[in-house]
Amino acid sequence: MTDLAVAEAPTGRSLLEISHVRQSYSKGSGNDLLVLEDINLDLRGNEIVGLLGRSGSGKSSLLRIIAGLARPVAGELRWRGRPVTGPSQGIAMVFQSFALFPWLTVLENVEIGLEPLGVPAAERRSRSVAAIDLIGLDGYESAYPRELSGGMRQRVGFARALVVHPELLLMDEPFSALDVLTAETLRTDLVELWQEKKLPLSSILLVTHNIEEAVLMCDRIIIFASNPGRIAHEIRVELAHPRDRGEPAFRQLVDDIYGRMTNPSDPKLKAEQPTPDSAASQGVGMGLASVSTNLLAGLMEELAKPPFNGRADLPEIADDLQMEIDELFPLAESLQLMRFAEVAHGDITLSDAGRQFVDGDSDTRKRLFGRQLVAHVPIVALIRRVLDERPTHTAPYRRFSEQLEDVMSEDYADETMDAAISWGRYAELFSYDEQSRAFSLENPE
Amino acid sequence: MATVHPLLAVRLLDMRKSWRFVPSVWDALIFALVIGGLALIAIGGHETLQPLAHSPAISLDPRVLPNYALRTTLRMLAAIICSTLFTFAYGALAVKSRRAEQVLIPLLDILQSVPVFSFLSFTITFFLALFPGQVFGAELASIFAIFTAQAWNMTFSFYQSLKTVPRDLSDVSDSLRLGPWRRFWVLEVPFAAPGLIWNAMMSMSGAWFFVVISEAVTVGHVSIALPGIGSYVGLAIARQNLGAIGWAILAMGLVILAYDQLLFRPLVAWSEKFTVELSSRQGAPPQSWVLNFIQRAQLARRIWMPFANVAGVLTRVHVGGVRPPPRRLVQAWSSRGADYVWYTVLALLGVWAAWRVVAFVGREVGPAEVLAVIGLGGLTLVRVLVLIVLASLIWVPIGILVGLRPRWTQAVQPVAQFMAAFPNNLFFPVVVVGIVHFHLAPDVWLSPLMILGTQWYILFNVIAGASAFPNDLREAASSFGVKGWSWWRKVMLPGIFPYYVTGAITASGGAWNASTIAELVNWGHTRLVARGLGAFIFQSTERGDFPRVVLGTAVMSLFVVLFNRVLWRPLFNYAAKRLRMD
Repeated sequence: MTDLAVAEAPTGRSLLEISHVRQSYSKGSGNDLLVLEDINLDLRGNEIVGLLGRSGSGKSSLLRIIAGLARPVAGELRWRGRPVTGPSQGIAMVFQSFALFPWLTVLENVEIGLEPLGVPAAERRSRSVAAIDLIGLDGYESAYPRELSGGMRQRVGFARALVVHPELLLMDEPFSALDVLTAETLRTDLVELWQEKKLPLSSILLVTHNIEEAVLMCDRIIIFASNPGRIAHEIRVELAHPRDRGEPAFRQLVDDIYGRMTNPSDPKLKAEQPTPDSAASQGVGMGLASVSTNLLAGLMEELAKPPFNGRADLPEIADDLQMEIDELFPLAESLQLMRFAEVAHGDITLSDAGRQFVDGDSDTRKRLFGRQLVAHVPIVALIRRVLDERPTHTAPYRRFSEQLEDVMSEDYADETMDAAISWGRYAELFSYDEQSRAFSLENPE
Repeated sequence: MATVHPLLAVRLLDMRKSWRFVPSVWDALIFALVIGGLALIAIGGHETLQPLAHSPAISLDPRVLPNYALRTTLRMLAAIICSTLFTFAYGALAVKSRRAEQVLIPLLDILQSVPVFSFLSFTITFFLALFPGQVFGAELASIFAIFTAQAWNMTFSFYQSLKTVPRDLSDVSDSLRLGPWRRFWVLEVPFAAPGLIWNAMMSMSGAWFFVVISEAVTVGHVSIALPGIGSYVGLAIARQNLGAIGWAILAMGLVILAYDQLLFRPLVAWSEKFTVELSSRQGAPPQSWVLNFIQRAQLARRIWMPFANVAGVLTRVHVGGVRPPPRRLVQAWSSRGADYVWYTVLALLGVWAAWRVVAFVGREVGPAEVLAVIGLGGLTLVRVLVLIVLASLIWVPIGILVGLRPRWTQAVQPVAQFMAAFPNNLFFPVVVVGIVHFHLAPDVWLSPLMILGTQWYILFNVIAGASAFPNDLREAASSFGVKGWSWWRKVMLPGIFPYYVTGAITASGGAWNASTIAELVNWGHTRLVARGLGAFIFQSTERGDFPRVVLGTAVMSLFVVLFNRVLWRPLFNYAAKRLRMD
């Protein structure tokens, strides 16, 4: 850990110690899929810590382990000095999907958290009403979740977590299911309550893939790298609350984080950057993100237009397109993989091929897309080669997915196949019949 | 309620993953266990058989009908309670234990292929022997028969719901440390409730059918007549009294109406609050005047509150704190070795059961007769197929025409559901009188009886499908001028196909079940018999010839399982994959 930062920080006692945690899921076929590798992290009192990373970086897995919902295969967690073996008293969780019981009223949903603690009925009621008031939902006690808007539902989620007076509040992308405005209101309210010390808790651990959200709320940001998930960077945010998104220091920190997450020379990020080099080294076994060709074309067009004119700052274009990194990064990296663009240090630059694509008509675009695919995406090249070589010019889905499953999880293999099929179909490299699950070279009549 | 409950579709949809197309050794094993178990009950009961001393006399006076209707209704209620308890226990066990699941779920599949009448036939002597000379044994047998008409379907629904509990709600229950008991009542039962209630309502029709049968039945030299609408009809048939049958039909109709209005409609409307989709639903939610009354009336509320409080206390009992067993025990229990032991025990049991069945049946029946019985099964199969095709040709176009007109739908849908629930065997005598009068061939003209009750499933599912058909697609079709045959073939038929398959699966299952009753019909001393497996089972039961009942049941169960896997499952998978709207 960064001892320097610890020494400077206004921290309290250590609440949670995570040492050498490792998590993997068995694939059935022998070699397991490594999700988290050697995670070391200390949580202290009185801080908001953000876990930031793209989807699949294992940050949610880590949160589930801390919540006691999953057990790591190796390593140790100590909560207030005691090993964690299941959900612990003093840790409460807020879910991305709110996770409210639809058949219980707001009050009942909040009260239920107190039942297992053996709190008497009268006290359950008064504490729940107080929590509902605190979070700004008074008057809605007898409403059912379906009667509430998304933002109000998440407020119930907060009230249910706060009513047990936890020391640590875990939040799994709590605002990502909400619209932009609602999310911002809820964030601001939460930070305000935190600043005024009205929340009955000591620390917050927040999982997010929204860089601005992390900078807005957190005292410490842990950046995750993927494949396998591990901690790449730790950044301390010293800005005073309330933080202003327009402030230069704020913007610079956001820029800095984008840069760190797309730094091609960072050895820790090597595995997750599907650069043409890594394509060459990994060959067919390289995973693809299933992104639609419409979005790829759209991003290239957006890049070519003013004000970007072929080169854009990732935070700016993310803002422009209203995308979070879990949407933007797979797009940008797919473009980079096909050499339509290059991503480095928080910037994305359209390549010559990319410019030709944007300028071309529909047929040119398809031809160009096909050429780049065959040249730079090994699995698509393989499918096309097998189809060309076989006398029948057909091949089953399993022929390729099984080869992928040797090196990746089944889900990831399916996603990679999805991407290969959708890209290949767009480029008219081959056709695919969903019913018989077979590739062929025929054009559908 | 105008639509098929989505959970019904979900249930079938999820099942396709675990359903194999070709029956495996595993299925054969389970099959042997079921048939063997039934044979053992029959053997055990048979040996200690005693005649029932005092059957209460049945009267044909219409004034006794209210009392009979009450008795019939109470039997039904008792069976529903039993089915629900069974469902909770069986479903929970199947979900919590992997090994139990491997046995319990195929077992359920086989159990639901066994005709209800065979359950009655096997178990009646057993229940009578439990309480020799008392009516109570016969009551239990009747209740058990109704139970077998409901429980499997409900259990499947519950199991499927438990398997699909939303992960976030499951996580939050763990995270709040609710404990298994509280979790069961706060999360699992409410989540399963809409599907469970809908399925219970659906299985009622089969249940009414068999409550009528089970009240007046003859097994060997034992004849049972329990006071109820069924035995009233039985006597009316024996005395050829059409007027009394009219009264019975009226009474039954009122009972079903009351059940629907007072029990199921309020339950369905109430279960609406347990659906998980948080977004507001399309269309009006199901309404029930009874539920509205209960929810508004202070008095009803006062009466209800104590029950609610007791339920609250019971479901809050803290059962947690069970210390996890030692690690080594857990390891040993979940090891490969333990699996092998488990499989070996199962295999031995299966082989033993198969051997008992073969020995029991083989004493009386030679290979030639086995082949003959399979031939009878073929005859019944042809009947079921032809009837489903005929019913589809009639009801699919009608259902579509009705379903596209909201007014008509509102009027027809409740009637179709009512007809599906009505025990159509009450109408049998009318048909028999017709066949005798016109000297028709029973082999052909008895067949429609099999589908008399279950054809309505096709109708109301098609109506539901047509009324759920997206309006924009209809408008698109008409704006592109799609008309005539191509409108049916390209627009409407694919649109309602998933609903149709759901209806046809239920109808065909019902038809197989009904064949045990419908292939052999009495009217006074006139007896009409259609050659088929159903009649074979019925006649063997009447003679108390258990080896042949076992043989007939095994063959029918085999036919039903194969029929489902060869025909319905592929169709359903196709519908679920290719023709879904969402």
